Parts: sequence; structure tokens; C-alpha cells
Amino acid sequence: MRKNILIVSLVLAFAAIVGAEGTIDLNAAGATFPYPIYSKWFDVYHQQHSNIQINYQSIGSGGGIRQLLAGTVDFGASDGPMSDEQLAQAKFKILHFPTVLGAVVPTYNIAGVTGELNFTQKALAGIYLGAITKWNDPEITKANPGVKLPADDIVVVHRSDGSGTSYIWTDFLAKISPEWLSKVGKAATSVNWPVGLGGKGNEGVSGLVKQTPDSIGYIELIYAVQNNIPYGKVQNAAGKFVKADLAGVTAAAAASAKTMPEDFRVSITNAPGATAYPISSFTWLLIPAQIQDATKRDAIKNFLKWMLTDGQNYNEGLTYARLPKEVIAKESKAISLIQ
Amino acid sequence: MSAAATTIAHEAPPQSGPRAFIRRLTRGDELAHLITLVFAAGILLLTSMIVYELWINSHLSRTKFGWDFFWTRIWDPNFDNFGAAPFIYGTLVTSAVALIIAVPLGLASAIFLSELAPRKISDGISFLIDLLAAVPSVIYGLLGIFIVVPLMRTTLGPMLIHSVGNVPYIGALFRGPNYGVGFLTAGIVLAIMVVPYIISVSREVLLTVPREQREAALAMGATRWESTWQVVVPWARTGIMGSIFLALARALGETMAVTMVIGNAARINPSLLGPGDTIASTIANQFTEATGDLYLSALIELGLVLFLITFILNGLARILIVLTERGGGHPS
Amino acid sequence: MSSPRLMWRKSLNHVMLSLTGVAAFGVVSILFLILGYLIWNGGASLSWSFFTQLPKPVGEVGGGMANAIVGSLKLLLLAAVMGLPVGLLAGVYLAEFGGNTFSFIIRYTADLLNGVPSIVIGIFAYSIAVLPVKHFSTLAGGVALGIMVIPITVRSTEEFLRAVPGSLREAAMALGASKWKTIATVVLPAASGGILTGMLLALARVAGETAPLLFTAFSNRFWSQGWGQPIASLPVMIYTYAIAPYDDWHRQAWAAGLVLLGLVLLSNLGARYILARTKVV
Repeated sequence: MRKNILIVSLVLAFAAIVGAEGTIDLNAAGATFPYPIYSKWFDVYHQQHSNIQINYQSIGSGGGIRQLLAGTVDFGASDGPMSDEQLAQAKFKILHFPTVLGAVVPTYNIAGVTGELNFTQKALAGIYLGAITKWNDPEITKANPGVKLPADDIVVVHRSDGSGTSYIWTDFLAKISPEWLSKVGKAATSVNWPVGLGGKGNEGVSGLVKQTPDSIGYIELIYAVQNNIPYGKVQNAAGKFVKADLAGVTAAAAASAKTMPEDFRVSITNAPGATAYPISSFTWLLIPAQIQDATKRDAIKNFLKWMLTDGQNYNEGLTYARLPKEVIAKESKAISLIQ
Repeated sequence: MSAAATTIAHEAPPQSGPRAFIRRLTRGDELAHLITLVFAAGILLLTSMIVYELWINSHLSRTKFGWDFFWTRIWDPNFDNFGAAPFIYGTLVTSAVALIIAVPLGLASAIFLSELAPRKISDGISFLIDLLAAVPSVIYGLLGIFIVVPLMRTTLGPMLIHSVGNVPYIGALFRGPNYGVGFLTAGIVLAIMVVPYIISVSREVLLTVPREQREAALAMGATRWESTWQVVVPWARTGIMGSIFLALARALGETMAVTMVIGNAARINPSLLGPGDTIASTIANQFTEATGDLYLSALIELGLVLFLITFILNGLARILIVLTERGGGHPS
Repeated sequence: MSSPRLMWRKSLNHVMLSLTGVAAFGVVSILFLILGYLIWNGGASLSWSFFTQLPKPVGEVGGGMANAIVGSLKLLLLAAVMGLPVGLLAGVYLAEFGGNTFSFIIRYTADLLNGVPSIVIGIFAYSIAVLPVKHFSTLAGGVALGIMVIPITVRSTEEFLRAVPGSLREAAMALGASKWKTIATVVLPAASGGILTGMLLALARVAGETAPLLFTAFSNRFWSQGWGQPIASLPVMIYTYAIAPYDDWHRQAWAAGLVLLGLVLLSNLGARYILARTKVV
């Protein structure tokens, strides 16, 4: 018995002591959308600077913001910029740094329809408002001549969990449909959906759409590409039907680069330009403007510099769009604001 | 006589006063009583702290909505209008479905494993069933999506709609449209998740029923089934009820698995085949992303409401036990 | 002698007993279906690197969940150390010293605690173990899981202590043993099988919980040192990987599910073995 106690205490002590000396440990939390690229970046950065460990967990944009405000993480990440009220709540100043661009695409499952569908802005808003209920509604058929659409009811699928993807989608709908804005409200990670079923995560939405005939849902571009899920074209502000791809997303960002505010909090949905994909968005890192710990501060600043230069080279491999040159230039200057 | 008495018993100790207390303490019984009492009270303290936290953090929402929170059917994070009615409905319906499926199935299996199966097989199977309790709810959710949902949509749902759906009154429970996700699917997945608790605990309790009870019944000419159902099971009644409480509690609080198969529509739907949502699933889905203070407060208030529901259901169940107490079975 | 009533009773006997067999068979089939699915989907991803390497970012071959496996073990250890004694001793109180309104309240409260959604427990543990020190830690995760272990342990401990026949207790007392000695040396060992079942059931349940860990233990892509840092765990990894876009991660999620079951199986076997070795009665 005594021997057992000795063994157990040794194990506990061992577990407590084991550890490397001199590592700089940073904890970060936030958006799920950029998790793949962030995990890649932090891993590569760690290999290049073995004493810096950045532990990022995707607990959600809202979670990231709250943990940042509570001080339990060193920096946060969010798919939607923080609102003025949230910034006012913080006891310290928070800076936004866009990192990558992404897009949200409509995916569908209609019997007999194998090609790509064109969705007008009115069609998407109408479907999600519950105003357009059948697939052979004129708003949809007029944009898709030659495609035989059935007279079936549309099964609408949305996200059940709060998410940055929903934020981007609702941001777009709020911009293009005054009815959506008044009935459902502005962009948000969770809304009171007028119709439809909820799926958890991109996996849940795409799974539901795949299994349910006559359904439509929205998912991240990366997800669609990685899993070979067919998706449709969306009409942009210039009236053209654009299929989401990295070039179209970067075009949407470039159009807004010139008018970007100093704090980088901007929405680029429904961006102008013939080639711009209308449901695109930045995603941001949320960094405190003042960091007491000098080693942590330098580590974060150096990482940001790396992210804006070498880091961007990893984007396309994982189906994220690069930041436009103008935005990178502005951000590089903003890094010096971190004291 | 007195000489023999003194060699066995101590001299009569003082019955009261501080010295008596110390003496009782050192004899161990009082200490044991005290220590176990402290730990038991600790549970009360812990639960009170949790309720307290829930109460404090839901302050904003409680003061804004008051009692209306219980029957408002709208849940709108954008316009800061929150009501718990659809989720209360969903929680109650899914738990009811889960128990209706799991209790007969679990009890029957436990009876089989304890009374009929050879001991070695029974031990082996029971061991494996215990493992089921360890499967993470995320995996149950995934299995629900890949297996139960398609089954519901293509086979089970239409079958129910065409058969029971036409029966008056009950038929309203089985109306279309049928997407595969919904209350019934969630109830089925929950049933699978809670059945191990019922089987595991009930089997163990049934095994503790003394042989004499069974043999007495059989000696009086009862069939095996009669002996089991009318003598053995009632003897183990409190333990079996305990396992059902465990199952109910798990069903009420389950988040991940339910949220993946219930369809997540914040609506009250009379049909079991329709989509809905539960309290636990809503909290889990929206808590990480919620940033507005009122929004967070409303989610916490949902947690408080669930606590209240558990409180009431437990109370009702206990009253039910007392009412059906017919004697037989050891006292509780 | 066979009267209609006897025939009815006999056939009812056969029917009901067969039904119990059918039910048990049904449940076991579902169990094997789940296990089979896990093995089918996860077995392919099990490799030496799965058990020894840290997670790799997407697109890179290999990578494993070594830190999550160790993490789950550490968290379960903490949960056991913090929660099982509370449950055991409270169960002893309810069974041996109780019998009044106070016991009723404790029992009721334990059931209530069992019904609290795991995410609410996580939020509670967050406010008492994370916010005051402003960082996530293994300890906070252990607290959350420890709380969840208590109700099942209390319930089963009390239940199986009660099932010990009174004759055993009376015999011990007749030999001069005091109450606590009776409990410690006679009653507890007699009930140990059932109590252990309850404890293992409780640990099995918390082994698979994700929600309470998200805000307490957080998670970690790297090794976690000591008990005060965020730590990875199998359920959280499964959760993160299962909802990601990548097939490779999906397969790893299934493999992690399999490993989790394996861990629970091993601890189950280990505990029962130790119990058999040290059984006095």
C-alpha cells in the first residue's frame, strides 16, 4: 500500500515538473473559420522560432472576444469586427488586424439539377425570408434559363450554432434586402431565422443539404472546395453572376482597400466591381494595444510582421484568399501601435 | 454476573457534556458521522453555488422579461427579444420520447441479463454496455446524422405518417413534412444514450435481490416470469427508479448529440417529426458566440429554467413513487 | 393438470421472457453497430504516430493526439480524486447515518446536479476556477469534471450500501465492532462491486464530455506542463476535428473516439482487477 502511494506521488510530481524552460507561451481563442490557416501559421512559426508556442483554439468569434475582454487569453480572433459597444466595454484598447479573406457560398440539392445555378440577390433574400417557397419561382427560373426546376417546396438550411459564417451571410442579406434588415436585423452570428432547419457547423449544414432533397444551405468556400461540394453563382453589386473563387474574393477586398478605415473594421460584402464575389469577408485578429510583458509583445509583433509577408504565402494552399497589397501596407504601419 | 459483565463492557461512560462528546468522537462513530455529513452537505453547497451563479448572471434577462420568459415563443438575438417556450417544449418532448423508448428496453434487457443469461455472458455484455456510456456525445451525434436521420427520412417517418398518422388524436403527433431531423430522431438518439445507465444499474440491483425471494415465489407455483415481475422487480424497485432518474437527468441535460439531430428550429411543432430545439442544445450552440450582455443573460436564464424543470420533474416522479408504494421491497 | 388459466400463465411466461431476450439482443446489436462504426472509420487512422505525435496542421501527413491522450488521462485522474471521495462519503452518509429530511434534500439535490447540462457546469467552473486567476488550466477542467462525477457516485454508493443485508451488519455489531468499523470493514467491501460500477460509470460519462472543458481546460496544440496550463483532451479534439472541412481530420476524430473507448475499457478492466485483488470479503 505504501509503495503504491509512493508511486502515485512520484507520478504526480513528475507530471508537475516536466516542462521546458524559457518558452514564450501565448494563448489565443476565437473564430473557427480561419482555424486551418491559423493552425498552419502557428505551427510553421513555432518551427522557425522553437521557443515561441502560440496555442490557438477555435471556440468561436464571440468566445474569442469574451475571453479577450476577460483577460484569459493574450489575443483573440473574430470573423466579424467588434462593435462599438463591445470596444467600449473593454478596459483596454483593442486593435483589429485582418489576416485572410474567405467567402460563403450557397449549396443546394435538387433532383435532376446537376449544373450550377445562378442566384439573384432577390432570390437568396426571398428564399431565406420564406417569401420564395418553391424552386420553380420566377425569380429563380428567370436567372437559369434552360434548367428544369421542379415545383417542389424549398427546404432552407441555416447554421444552428452562432458562427462567423452566419455573420457574413446575414451581413450580405441585410445589405441587399431592406425587408431582411427590418424583419431579421443586422449582421449577427445568431439570428431568429424566419424559416428553415439548423445544422451544426459547416459539416451539419452540408450534411443536411446532401441528405435532404430540394434543400439549400450556405457554407464556407473552403469547405465546399475541400469536400467537392457543388455550389452556385451569386449575383454581385454590378449585376454579374460570379462563382466564388480566390480571385473574386481578393477583388472584393481590393475594391474596399482604398476606403478602408484606420481601424480596419469594414464589411466587404456586396462589394463593387465586375469580378468581385459579393459574399466575402475579412477575418481579424484582435490584439490589445498595450501589452505589459515585453517578451510577449515582441513575439506578437514579430508574428504579425511574418504573417503579413511569409504567412500570406500559405493562404492559397488552404483555399483562403490573400490580403490585397494596400491592406498589407496599412497593417504593417499599424503594428507599431502595439506598445 | 457483574464480574463477567465488566470483562466485556467498559464502565458506563458519561452520557453528556464535553467529555462525553470527545469520548464519542475518539470512538470513531461520531467522527465518521461528522465527516460523511460534511461531504453530503458539500453537495448541497455545490448545487446552491451553481444556482446562485445562474441567478446572478441571469439578472439582466430576468428583470427585463419577468415571467413572460416562460411563454414567449420568440428567440431573437438581433432584436434582444428572448423567450424560452419553444425550448421548454423541446426539452420535455425529447426527454419523454427518450424515456418511453429507453425504460422498457433497458428494464427488459436488465431483467434478461440478471435473471436469464448465464452469469459469464451477463457480465461480459454488461461490461460492454458500460462502455456505451463512455462514447462522447459528439460521436452519438455523428452516428445520429449518418444513420438515424436518413433512416427516419426515408423509412421510419413515412411509415409512421401512413400508419399512426391517420389515427385520430394521436395521429397529430406524426404528421409531415418529414426531414429526418426532429423531435423523434433526437428522442431515439437520447434513448440509446441513456439506456446503458438503466441497464447497468438495474442489472446490478436485480442481482442483489436475495435468492430466497425468487425461490419462495417459485415454490408457491409462480412461473419464472411471475416470480420476476411480481417479486424480484418490486424488491429492486428503488434501485430501478434510481437508474431511471439518472437516465432522465442525462436526457434533460444532453447537448451535443441532440443539437446535431433535432433540426434547430426555435418553434413549437405538434408533430414529433418536425424540427425543434432544446434548452441544453440552445445554450451549447449559442453560448460561445454570444457577446451581447442581455443575450448572455438570457442564455443563462435558460439554464436556470432547465434547473427548475429538473426540480419539478424530480418532485413529480418522487410523488409518483410514494403514491404507488404498495409495500414489498426494502424501505428507502 | 392444465387449465386455461395455467396455459395462459405459461404462454405469458414464454412470451415475456422471450421479449426480454429480444430487448437485450437489440441493445447489444446497437452497441456492436456503434463499436463497428467506430472501428471501421477510426481504425484506419490508428498508427504509432497517432499515439506519439502532436497534432499537425491540416495538409500535413501524420500528426497524432499524444497530448490529448495524456490530457484526458490527467483530467480523469483529477476528476476521480476530486469527485469520487465526495460521492462515496456522501453516499455512505445517506445509507448509514441518514433517514431524515436532510437526507431527502441531499438525495434530491444530487439528482438535480445530475441534470445540469454539462455546459452550465463548465460555465460555473469557469467562473470559480478560471476567471479569478485569468487563465485556463488543467485544474479547472478537473474541477468541472469532478463536479459531474459526484451525482452518479452518490446514487450508486447509497443504493448498493442499502442492498447489503442487515444480517451482515448485525453480525458485525454483535461481535463488538463500532458502527464506522462495521461500515469500513464489512458493509463497504460487500457493496464494493456495485459501488465500483457506479464510479466507473461516472468516470466513463465524464471521459466523453466536451462542453465543460471548452472554458476550463481550453485545449492545447502543444504539451501541457504541470497542472496550471491549458491542456488538450480527446473529446475536445474530436469536437474540433469532426466539424472541420478536412477528411484527414475526420478520420482522426473517429480514431480519437476509438482510443477514448479503449482508455475507458482499460481503466474499467484495471479497476476491476485491483478490486478483485484487494477484496477481503
